[in-house]
Amino acid sequence: MKHTLAVLVENRAGVLSRVSGLFSRRGYNIDSLAVGVTEDPAISRMTIVVRGDDHVLEQVTKQLNKLIDVIRVTDIKADEAIERELSLIKVAADANTRSEIIQIVDIFRARIVDVASKSMTIEVTGDDEKIRAMEQLLRPFGIKEMVRTGKIAMTRGAKSV
Amino acid sequence: MSRPTEKMTGARALIECLYKEEVDTIFGYPGGVLLPIYDELYDADIRHILVRHEQAAAHAADGYARATGKTGVCIATSGPGATNLVTGIANAYMDSVPMVALTGQVPSFLLGNDAFQEADITGITLPITKHNYLVQDAKELPRIIKEAFHIASTGRQGPVLIDLPKDITTDELDFSYPESVELRGYKPTVKGNIQQVKRAAAEIARSTNPVIYAGGGIINSNASGELLKLAETIMAPVTTTLTGMGAFPADHPLFLGMPGMHGTKYANYAIQESDLLIAVGVRFDDRVTGKVASFAPNARVIHIDIDPAEISKNVRVDTPIVGDAKWVLESLVKYSKKCKSEAWLDKIKQWKKEYPLHYIKSDDIIKPQYIVEQICEACGDAIIVTEVGQHQMWAAQYFKFKEPRTFITSGGLGTMGYGFPAAIGAKLGRPDKVVFDIAGDGSFQMSSQELATVVENDIPVIVAIFNNGYLGMVRQWQELFFEHRYSFTTIKGSVDFVKLAEAYGALGLRAEKPSEVRPVIEEAIASGRPTVIDFIVDPEENVSPMVPAGAAINEIMDLEGT
Ligand SMILES: Cc1ncc(C[n+]2csc(CCOP(=O)(O)OP(=O)(O)O)c2C)c(N)n1
Ligand SMILES: [Mg+2]
Repeated sequence: MKHTLAVLVENRAGVLSRVSGLFSRRGYNIDSLAVGVTEDPAISRMTIVVRGDDHVLEQVTKQLNKLIDVIRVTDIKADEAIERELSLIKVAADANTRSEIIQIVDIFRARIVDVASKSMTIEVTGDDEKIRAMEQLLRPFGIKEMVRTGKIAMTRGAKSV
Repeated sequence: MSRPTEKMTGARALIECLYKEEVDTIFGYPGGVLLPIYDELYDADIRHILVRHEQAAAHAADGYARATGKTGVCIATSGPGATNLVTGIANAYMDSVPMVALTGQVPSFLLGNDAFQEADITGITLPITKHNYLVQDAKELPRIIKEAFHIASTGRQGPVLIDLPKDITTDELDFSYPESVELRGYKPTVKGNIQQVKRAAAEIARSTNPVIYAGGGIINSNASGELLKLAETIMAPVTTTLTGMGAFPADHPLFLGMPGMHGTKYANYAIQESDLLIAVGVRFDDRVTGKVASFAPNARVIHIDIDPAEISKNVRVDTPIVGDAKWVLESLVKYSKKCKSEAWLDKIKQWKKEYPLHYIKSDDIIKPQYIVEQICEACGDAIIVTEVGQHQMWAAQYFKFKEPRTFITSGGLGTMGYGFPAAIGAKLGRPDKVVFDIAGDGSFQMSSQELATVVENDIPVIVAIFNNGYLGMVRQWQELFFEHRYSFTTIKGSVDFVKLAEAYGALGLRAEKPSEVRPVIEEAIASGRPTVIDFIVDPEENVSPMVPAGAAINEIMDLEGT
């Protein structure tokens, strides 16, 4: 089972390695990890997607909380959250295929951010499912390169983590 | 006394900070990047003990901390000095020992350049420290040191490392020591949840076969008085883990001895037949639980621990209470009454009678267990430090510990070579106590260079070598599980330990017959000198009883010839 954790940490050198080291050391599986500064420049926020049952989730949360630089850990429930991920996909494209690709991009409300004679680069934002679907449809054209930011998430409503 | 904004170098500020933390002793070894700090130590009001290997500095700080309850401090130079501390830091981490390790580092502008004697010690020690720091600005030094001592000594205690680039120690700063720490990510829970305490009391009231399973957390929290109170209030027997020895008086009728692999049969039987396990300051180590799935099969479990991450880590817990053992036990006593444990205590009494710890005594050859008994008789309130191996288990089994902080041993990491330097730390922390290092002939050779340290500083610890000519604990497993194939475990005749002691200027004694055991112990104590006693013991004596690896703990058995 997948869980999304919002982890507020001190914005300091070495914090990322403390967190990632904890996961590898204790054998927890990370699906993705995204990190950036928050509205408070002294605090960074990590969004970590971790796989495991409730026991694993409990251990991960407790072990994260033990790190001195970790301020707060919140398990973000999918049904109460906005979840987004951004992906850039560079796909092979020529005069024959370009319009078909543009159609797919439109359907997904994605964006073309770069066009060259033999390729197009597409920016798509959404949840994991949407990005995968997009990837599936573009695959026959030939994906030359793909990069994903990893998921970020925020709870709905006025409440914050 | 320094005025609030006195200008001084980082090195000077470090010393001022150590004064503020009331550090009276540090263990260390100098090097290039430490020159500014060592220049300050030259006439500082702090006792610096020069060890002969940095690993010993860390172990000595650890032994000092365990004997006194204060935070131990060690210091080593960059690169190899720092990496030599690593085993000692890992050891302190596994047993939750408060320690601050200071390391020199190459100057900031060379960091990351593979400079001479550069090692990424904060990276290396990430998984074995409670927290660590690379100081990036001299101005931060007072805050970091204040935080380090706070983190090391509160919550679940542990080692904190501070890496000090050389330029930080020569840069100037306006010194003032912070009054308090502000760490928004670190707020240990001391007071347990009172609803949980009441729930635990209700569990206790329903129990007829309770067992208290107590560990090193009792000692860290100075809670042995409260433990005794709880046991006597509810009338539950108490088993203490290896690191918990001394937390409960061994001569008390409710005492069960140690549980687990080389525990007593009755402690293991009691756990297995208990209906309620009250676990305090323990972590359900695999050496205690044996096969986890069969551990305490009928028991509901109360787990009291300062570290929430220990709750339900290895064993499912019914009533967790996160908090400091002393606080929680004190309030639990308030809400608890005597259990209906009479029949249970009778049964345990019967087990104790039927299955005592035992060994075959001899008039010709020295049995290792006999030495422990004799040390205990000669000096029952000594501090016993150990190395790792068979001798360690015999010390835990046969010494009757009366008080906390009198048994100092490497539990979690099982570090051979720990005992002698830890004994040095313990003796410096508790000069009023006789300190023995119960040692193996193998282990002692991992730190014997520290004989120079004890002689130079006149630290009268007594090393009692149980000389069996083997890496005995490994040999025992080879005997039992590898058809007596003693692959590289024979070390007989390594060195003449008496001459070795004498070469360093220590007193060297030897006992080869049982009748000589007591006299050499008395002689060592009376000498007041650093002493090594070479006890020539039965070479193939085994530690018994034993739970085979992977078995349930009630499958504990006597080994042949014991
Ligand atoms: C640093 C280290 N290396 C290896 C081991 C594995 N080990 C555990 S006990 C033991 C034998 C110890 O021999 P000795 O000190 O003579 O004690 P004895 O068991 O003979 O009493 C060994 C090699 C260890 N615990 N620590
Ligand atoms: Mg030996």
